Amino acid sequence: MRRGTGVGAIKNKNLAQARYKDKGSVIAEDQFSQMTKQMDVFKKNLEEFAAKHKEDIRKDPQFRLQFQEMCASIGVDPLASSKGFWAEMLGVGDFYYELGVQIVEVCLATSHRNGGLISLEELRDRVVASRGRTSQDISYDDLLRAIKKLRILGNGFTVLTVGILQLVQSVPGELTMDHTNILQCAQKSGHVSKSQLHKELKWEAERAHRALDFLVKESMAWVDDQAGGERLYWFPSLFPAAAAS
Amino acid sequence: MDRFEWCDGNLYTGEQLVEQQTGVALYDGNEKTAFEFGTLILTTHRLMWRDQRNRTCVICLPLSLVIYLEEQPSGFAKSAKIVVHLNSAGANKGSGPFNQSSNSFIRLSFREAGEKGFLRRLQETLQQKKWATSVPGPSGTNPQLPRHRPGIVGIERSLDQRNKETDKNITAAFADLRQLMEKAKDMVNLTRTIATKIKDKQGDITEDETVKFKSYLLSMGIPNPVTRETHGTGDKYYTELARQLASMLTKPVEESGGMMTLTDVYCRVNRARGMELLSPEDLLHACELMEILGLPIRLRTFDSGVMVVQSQSQNEEEIVNTTTVLVSERNSLTAEELSQLLGVSVLLARERLLMTEKHGGVCRDEHIEGLRFYLNLFLHPPS
Repeated sequence: MRRGTGVGAIKNKNLAQARYKDKGSVIAEDQFSQMTKQMDVFKKNLEEFAAKHKEDIRKDPQFRLQFQEMCASIGVDPLASSKGFWAEMLGVGDFYYELGVQIVEVCLATSHRNGGLISLEELRDRVVASRGRTSQDISYDDLLRAIKKLRILGNGFTVLTVGILQLVQSVPGELTMDHTNILQCAQKSGHVSKSQLHKELKWEAERAHRALDFLVKESMAWVDDQAGGERLYWFPSLFPAAAAS
Repeated sequence: MDRFEWCDGNLYTGEQLVEQQTGVALYDGNEKTAFEFGTLILTTHRLMWRDQRNRTCVICLPLSLVIYLEEQPSGFAKSAKIVVHLNSAGANKGSGPFNQSSNSFIRLSFREAGEKGFLRRLQETLQQKKWATSVPGPSGTNPQLPRHRPGIVGIERSLDQRNKETDKNITAAFADLRQLMEKAKDMVNLTRTIATKIKDKQGDITEDETVKFKSYLLSMGIPNPVTRETHGTGDKYYTELARQLASMLTKPVEESGGMMTLTDVYCRVNRARGMELLSPEDLLHACELMEILGLPIRLRTFDSGVMVVQSQSQNEEEIVNTTTVLVSERNSLTAEELSQLLGVSVLLARERLLMTEKHGGVCRDEHIEGLRFYLNLFLHPPS
């Protein structure tokens, strides 16, 4: 194309652009029809797979985990929509969404006691109990994925890692590093004292006081003045699950 | 290859599964055989091969015949192979696919990789020689049923057998899963290319096609900015869902004081549905549409991130006034106390107090015993 000036050149340039655009659209159309065809083939494959393995997904936590990890590795979220292929044909959706409902119910039922903070272990025990004796096995991974989805509803569902424990928070509000450090200290025995915090975390009195006060205010910690000596702060969410139930 | 005999694929009592690998072909010496697409199964006693296309076709050979192993690494257009040198078969060998062979070695070709791991396990198993210590036998006259044996040992054995069956099935399931995912990956890559084109507005994809494309993305579960930006327009599913939810929830929301948290809505709706439950995302998208569609309830997000579904009839001023009056009547209120007065959840009562505080109606008093709200005497000095 001769590089010229003036109206003529502009007109030529526009023509060229239009031609390129057409070419682009031809390519896109081809790909689109290709995709439609592939989509139909894929649907059939998924149907076949579902016919053979739908029960496996329901029954086997390991298989579910593999399935979820593979989906994640290719950039697909099988739980995104109940209208998706995965949910409709494999029934993965129903499994996790129902689990979500049960998790919410357990958290609501226990939040008056633990302030909205519950250990993953206790959560699992209670959910399994509520599902009944004959229901399928639920793994921690199942719970975590369901919780991740529940977060979208805005109730502040988060999972905190405190040392080797995992705690599920079901109320909105941020717990700072200080708060989680206290929880970590309290892990072994279920309680802490101010002097323990001073010894283990090297905190001054004011800092310990502020953090502990917050946790008491949020009902996540209970005050115990009957321990004979210093005031103790107990965390119901850290009580061993057996003792709690 | 004449060392192989037909079998049913079931494990003998005392025999244990060690390793499995799909995509293995068998060579008689250096020659190809018809046994091309199979799963190679290593147990403590035998080496088995099951045809992936015809799962009833299973052959096996006892590990006691193996003299030594060689490795042939993969090369250009050649898969990695293990060469297994064998002794001659015993006198009581059952019928097999080959009656005689001039070769006393076979080659295992790993077309789906896995050769190194399998070789290691094979070497370990050969060293352990478990077949020498226990005397295996076929597990009963009818291999389909577990052998009838009294007592706890019998029960344990049949449980074991059942677990092994499940294991085998699950492994097959994993193989199928992998295949499915490969196909899904291709789909994802293709949709990515098209999505980029739409975004850059290259190419003349029609309105219809765009809508169709977005529904494909939704079906596959591929998150994509294209979908998110313009989901409001022409999305029949969500519009319908929004209307359904509105008609279902208007009354319960009114009864709970005009507001219900989204989590609460999620639980109620899904409990009512029983099957074909809604995903949290679907619920959120539908609720986001409610205001645009002019439905009697709509979505509202508080500063704290809490999301509620609120009656149209509720307006902010009204809430602020009511709350201020209630607080001043009782001198002070906490969220728990207000929740009991109004018959709403503590979470919602708290949001009302926070909102009223934002508008200057009440002031807070933070204390270890909790958060308490008092009438804002700065704005409303006592007369």
